[in-house]
Amino acid sequence: MAVQLLNALLAVVLAIGVCLLYFVGTNYLLERIFSDKNYYFPNKDRWHRAIQPWLFLTPALLFLVVYLVYPVYETIRLSFFNFGGFDYVGFKNYIWAFENPEFQQAILNNLLWLVFVPILSVVFGLLSAWLADKVWWGTIAKSLIFMPMAISFVGASVIWKFVYDYRGPDTDQIGSLNAFVMLLGGEPQAWITLSFWNNFFLMVILVWIQTGFAMVIFSAALRGIPEETLEAARIDGAREIQIFLRIMIPQILGTIMVVWTTITIIVLKIFDIVLAMTNGQWNTEVLANLMFDWMFRGGGDSGRGSVIAMMIMFAVIPIMVWNIHNFRQEEKAR
Amino acid sequence: MISLYRKTFNFGQILSSMLLLFLVLLWIMPTLGLFISSFRDKDQLALTGWWTALSTTERNEFRRTGTRKDQIERDGKYIISGNLFKKGGKTIQTFSTNFRNLTKYKAGVTAQFKDGSLFILHENGEYEWVSNHPFKHKRGKRIFYVANVAPAFSLDNYREVLAAEGVGQSFINTLRVTIPATVIPIMIASFAAYAFAWMEFSGRQFLFVSVVGLLVVPLQMSLIPLLSMYNEIGKFFGVTAKSYPGIWLAHTGFGLPLAIYLLRNYMGSLPREIIESARIDGATHFQIFTRLVLPLSVPALASFCIFQFLWVWNDLLVALVFLGKKDDEIVLTSKLRELLGSRGDNWEILTSSAFISIIIPLIVFFTLQRYFVRGLVTGSVKS
Repeated sequence: MAVQLLNALLAVVLAIGVCLLYFVGTNYLLERIFSDKNYYFPNKDRWHRAIQPWLFLTPALLFLVVYLVYPVYETIRLSFFNFGGFDYVGFKNYIWAFENPEFQQAILNNLLWLVFVPILSVVFGLLSAWLADKVWWGTIAKSLIFMPMAISFVGASVIWKFVYDYRGPDTDQIGSLNAFVMLLGGEPQAWITLSFWNNFFLMVILVWIQTGFAMVIFSAALRGIPEETLEAARIDGAREIQIFLRIMIPQILGTIMVVWTTITIIVLKIFDIVLAMTNGQWNTEVLANLMFDWMFRGGGDSGRGSVIAMMIMFAVIPIMVWNIHNFRQEEKAR
Repeated sequence: MISLYRKTFNFGQILSSMLLLFLVLLWIMPTLGLFISSFRDKDQLALTGWWTALSTTERNEFRRTGTRKDQIERDGKYIISGNLFKKGGKTIQTFSTNFRNLTKYKAGVTAQFKDGSLFILHENGEYEWVSNHPFKHKRGKRIFYVANVAPAFSLDNYREVLAAEGVGQSFINTLRVTIPATVIPIMIASFAAYAFAWMEFSGRQFLFVSVVGLLVVPLQMSLIPLLSMYNEIGKFFGVTAKSYPGIWLAHTGFGLPLAIYLLRNYMGSLPREIIESARIDGATHFQIFTRLVLPLSVPALASFCIFQFLWVWNDLLVALVFLGKKDDEIVLTSKLRELLGSRGDNWEILTSSAFISIIIPLIVFFTLQRYFVRGLVTGSVKS
């Protein structure tokens, strides 16, 4: 075990070494070739200035092209080819997808996730950010609500599977949800297999994780609201709840949109939770899980897998455009 | 009027506190349940809820006595003795030979069975069965009892998963993936970020806008082409397609857009005068970057490091695609998923494994929360 860890550390040293060798080495060469002592080169400074940025950028650009740009192009291409990627089949894969009941189920479930997870995360996030700013133990409260952000989706799935655990109605329940239901005089349920509603029990896990994220961002945004605005409202006799709903929320609408889109992207890619909890059984399939399934099902079908990935991409594009638009606006304002 | 205002305000204050307390309890309860359960005795864990962990519970069970082989002869009497329990923690209240009447005999009081034999069962499970005739039964007699079970906590579950279930090895594997996959991107990204922030070159705007676009490209778009690319490369060089260097590079590629974006925004917000006066003093870009900008960017570097560390540690998808499932490759998240499938009802294994997988992120999170929050807030809050 120690040897394996040593290996990892060696890899770190090696990687740092290679990076340093590249950056320091190219810089050294650049300085040598375009130095003042080199009389054979006219316009040294201009060359130096033109080349240096690219030396800084090349490794990063190389990674971006190999791991993101090229694969995106390739996935688009493969979505028009058959399972091995050899024969062009036009829109056949797309038609297959929309006629496939599993795919339809996944689209439907993804829509449910897209509606409920951002709404609930934002509402709980706003509520806890607002409340935590009013009490002296707010920092501790925020820390605790924020904590699930550090937990992996799989870890969170184990935590919640334990909450949802089901035993027969005649025995003691060890899952807290069923124990609570029985305390209220209800019948215990196998929540995970309860078709349609089980989607919501999976969504709870993501809401549990993302609320902390929303809360932290909102908390910072709420602090940014000028105190005079709130004071003026208080003097006019507005109640705290009115101030929150009528003044604070409209003031941070931009931030709410940013949080909303960030969570939306996470929701679109949701995979681990569904894989760990149900693997798409009992009508809980989602796109990312279905895509993963088709990557390996029957030796892997790159055409169908790519089509499913494209669906996620299509949904992301509006957000991408909006982000770029916002970025441009900000740059102009600088 | 003023006093009325103060009164409602206080009432609001109490209401806020209560509501927040409720939210906090709701949020920590699931994790707390897992944490407490992972230390509980596995028999107790399977039978009672974690919220009863501290209370003594009453349980109805049965055990068998020794058989005729265990009997000894002393003073013309035949005796079977022993202890019903292998380990302690239970206190017997009453017992019986019939499950319908569990309170028939009291613990510690000698009972006379129908065949005339005398049976005494002590609270700690020790018994002595005395008869005038030799015992003939091949199977032990069933003794039904009502026992109080004291709460039992131990590290047994952890010991079991770390060694027998291979979670310890997975922990090492996760570390092996995470450390290089956090360090490599930060170096590459900081150089690129500096170029985007402070160097003049054509196409700068276009390239950075592309990075902003790549920020949201779903991982799913990369998986199929990269998987076949890795397979091709593996075949070409005659090596395995799934390897540690492979996953380090993949995580580097996927982490770069965020790294470049965060670092460029931070470096770009450093005061222009510092960089320009250094330029005037004759410093090269390389010197400015390594001696001035990099040390000043430590907070941003730290927040990206935490992001990347948590993301890689908690990742399942990339590990499933780019790394194998052999003992020396399977990472914690992947291991945990396998355990969910194969040991779905063994909560003592699942709870302790899950806790092992989340403990490092939680430590990182709580000690470095400040940097983490700062990184999150940068770029998210609109002024």
